Amino acid sequence: MKRRMSKATVSSLSNYGLIIAIFIIVQICSAAGVLTNQIEGLLIPVCIYVIAAISLNLVVGISGELSLGHAGFMCVGAFSSALFSRLMEDALPTGPRFFIAIVIGALVAAFFGFLIGIPVLRLRGDYLAIVTLAFGEIIKNLLNIVYLGRDENGLHLARNAGGLQMSAEGDTIIKGAQGISGTPRDSSFLVGIILILVTLFIVQNIINSRTGRAIMAIRDNRIAAESIGINVTKYKLLAFTVSAALAGVAGALYSHNLSSLTVSRFDYNMSILILVYVVLGGIGSIKGSIIATVILYVLPEMLRFLQDYRMLIYAIVLIAMMLFNWSPASIAWRERIKEKFKRNKTKGVS
Amino acid sequence: MALLEVKNLSISFGGLRAVDNFNLKIEKGELYGLIGPNGAGKTTVFNLLTGVYKPDEGFVKLDGKDITGHKTVEINKDGIARTFQNIRLFKQLSVLDNVKAGLHNHHAYSTLTGIFRLPKYWKTEKEMNERAMEILKVFGLDVHADKLASNLPYGPQRKLEIARAMATEPKLLLLDEPAAGMNPNETQELMDTIQFVREHFDMTILLIEHDMKLVSGICERLTVLNFGQVLTEGATSEVLNDPEVIKAYLGDE
Amino acid sequence: MSFLSYLINGISLGSVYAIIALGYTMVYGIAKMLNFAHGDVIMIGAYVVFTAMTGFQVNPVLAVIIAMVICTVLGIVIERVAYKPLRNASSNLAVLITAIGVSYLLQNIALLVFGADTKSFSSVVQLPSLVLGGGALTIQATTIVTIVANIVIMIALTLFVNRTKPGQAMQAVSEDRGAAELMGINVNGTIALTFAIGSALAAIAGALLCSAYSTLTPYTGAMPGIKAFVAAVFGGIGSIPGAMIGGLLLGVIENLSRAYISSEIADAIVFAVLIVVLLVKPAGLFGKNVQEKV
Repeated sequence: MKRRMSKATVSSLSNYGLIIAIFIIVQICSAAGVLTNQIEGLLIPVCIYVIAAISLNLVVGISGELSLGHAGFMCVGAFSSALFSRLMEDALPTGPRFFIAIVIGALVAAFFGFLIGIPVLRLRGDYLAIVTLAFGEIIKNLLNIVYLGRDENGLHLARNAGGLQMSAEGDTIIKGAQGISGTPRDSSFLVGIILILVTLFIVQNIINSRTGRAIMAIRDNRIAAESIGINVTKYKLLAFTVSAALAGVAGALYSHNLSSLTVSRFDYNMSILILVYVVLGGIGSIKGSIIATVILYVLPEMLRFLQDYRMLIYAIVLIAMMLFNWSPASIAWRERIKEKFKRNKTKGVS
Repeated sequence: MALLEVKNLSISFGGLRAVDNFNLKIEKGELYGLIGPNGAGKTTVFNLLTGVYKPDEGFVKLDGKDITGHKTVEINKDGIARTFQNIRLFKQLSVLDNVKAGLHNHHAYSTLTGIFRLPKYWKTEKEMNERAMEILKVFGLDVHADKLASNLPYGPQRKLEIARAMATEPKLLLLDEPAAGMNPNETQELMDTIQFVREHFDMTILLIEHDMKLVSGICERLTVLNFGQVLTEGATSEVLNDPEVIKAYLGDE
Repeated sequence: MSFLSYLINGISLGSVYAIIALGYTMVYGIAKMLNFAHGDVIMIGAYVVFTAMTGFQVNPVLAVIIAMVICTVLGIVIERVAYKPLRNASSNLAVLITAIGVSYLLQNIALLVFGADTKSFSSVVQLPSLVLGGGALTIQATTIVTIVANIVIMIALTLFVNRTKPGQAMQAVSEDRGAAELMGINVNGTIALTFAIGSALAAIAGALLCSAYSTLTPYTGAMPGIKAFVAAVFGGIGSIPGAMIGGLLLGVIENLSRAYISSEIADAIVFAVLIVVLLVKPAGLFGKNVQEKV
């Protein structure tokens, strides 16, 4: 019994260890001065995508639902948290302000996740995928026509810049398609690492609990799960909402890493990118999500010297990896090779 | 009072009366068989009893409580657990976790307790592990506890499904063709398991089965269903010798 | 009169969506996969037409035919190389991600070959506009041809699927692949044929789409591709009339929203309507709601 419990625990602990190790290695390299500016610039984005991938894995891998709207939740989290920071810039010191901003990003994204989840989770498979994609696009589209400004008379909200009717000293915070600007750049690599650890803590502890068991039971067989008294809607919705909240955290990290941010960054391509990390890392594998995100995010950046051929090569590598990892023929071939090695080994021993 | 009382249960699918005026009474502790030719509506009866379908007419009472039209989840909480004709396990979960999933409502703690690993989490998980191992032992599956459910052979998979259903602590257990696809040895073993479950847990069991050896071997009473209607019911030996029943199975000669 | 002109333009845009949606719906029905690269096949088709017309001064009709041939070959090759090996993979996410990879690949090939700059695409329909009511209503020839093309394709495809052997084989494979194989239907051939037809239609859609908007970039196909998939889902995926109705509705809703509500949130309205439709009819307007058998 002990041994079995430790199996899941060891896997969880090793993920914390992996993240801390990455942090330490980066710190050492940074102190030794071997990190180029280019790599320094990638550190926070990598953290953002790692959080996004782990949280998406909760829906795609653990809950077994295909969601293509993850960027939408990141978008909501990014904008709500940035708006809070912008409004409270002078009222609160950096630390608590950023902390509250992240919490707000998570809560607002969770709210949207819950709201969208109620109708959407009734649908199945690819229908759910296309509707989550649609929701992501709707969020993006609607935020695109939000104009928000502040002057001595308070906040002004309008559908276009002219509609704000602000006084001369007014400060326009959100400018429609131009997005939000002037967000304090509070994100740092350390905060990113801490947020990854928090994400890991939440997701892994859910997976290895009664809740996670219920979610995975529903994934494996919905009808059987119902027959043993598991409330399907409740647990699907829970996974979806927690995942959205954590995407909101990633979004908050994103918006506080850039002083200005446009909505158009959070399009369905971003959702797809995160899905690619999750699938290539191994559906349902948290460690896989982390490693795949780090490699696949850093790789294209490292390939910049290839210039125009960069994304072409990325695409080819992606297709090749999918075929290698997933096609039954390739799996059988790898099994044969493994068998061969095993046989050679035993021969060597005797 | 009967543990299960079903009266005038009916459902139609697109004009076809799949189950028509179905009546059933099962006393506590009985081992009851529901038999009939293919397509007679046996599984549909199970689906009506467990809330997969809502009946057009009639009612279902469990232990005196009206559960007609309740949702599947509620009916399980009310005290009916079942297995499926085509095995439905949680394939990517371990054998142990399959049973622990069955304990879901009896050993509960909140999601937040789980995330923050509060004392109740450790305590409840420990209880669950012990209880699940106990149940697995009854079915001789404790040695497989760590395996993925999908890696079990066919026979043990069927048993695991029963174990999972038993974990929900039902008053009534429904088994849908438990011996389907088993060889005579496995069937014999299954009969012993069912008998054991019945005695060990003091369980009332309703089963659908085609294997007449199993039916005549362990069922005390039978209801025969044909074209959605009850053909006859009574003690096993009488029913199996009823010419009407033989005709339904073999056709007119 | 302006309403009528918005409506007609909406029908024309919807016709393009419908033609693209057909490719999606047929492939989904038969291969049970969301072919994310379909929108990019449209873009490749448009580039072929563009190159043939401006580079080689080819007659527009011939240019479209060349594009159809090239896209057909492209579609078959993509299916054979990237999708077929994953047909029996343990997760259907595998082929979805591969399709995304193919989509990136096609976009980047176009980027390398044709450059990132926006090409100005001259319409493949070089006919005068139709002027009605003494100038009160002007309808572009492209618009009319698009609508007519859609109707012709729809009728031809319906006849093909219902009246010919390969068409019925397609239906059989989409109904039950295993059973179809046992009945001696060449499943691989049928799936390849489906991709071929879908891709040929994509070439036509590409030519018409770019004729209407007169611009072309390597990313031209992506959004219309997504919307056409929405249209297919809207109408009930796997259904040919569903794709037609879904496409037309989508085009009309989009164009009228653009005209009367806001061009910025027209897409949001389109997607919102999709969601409402799916909530009321989870399998789309013409889809069959299949319940899992217990």
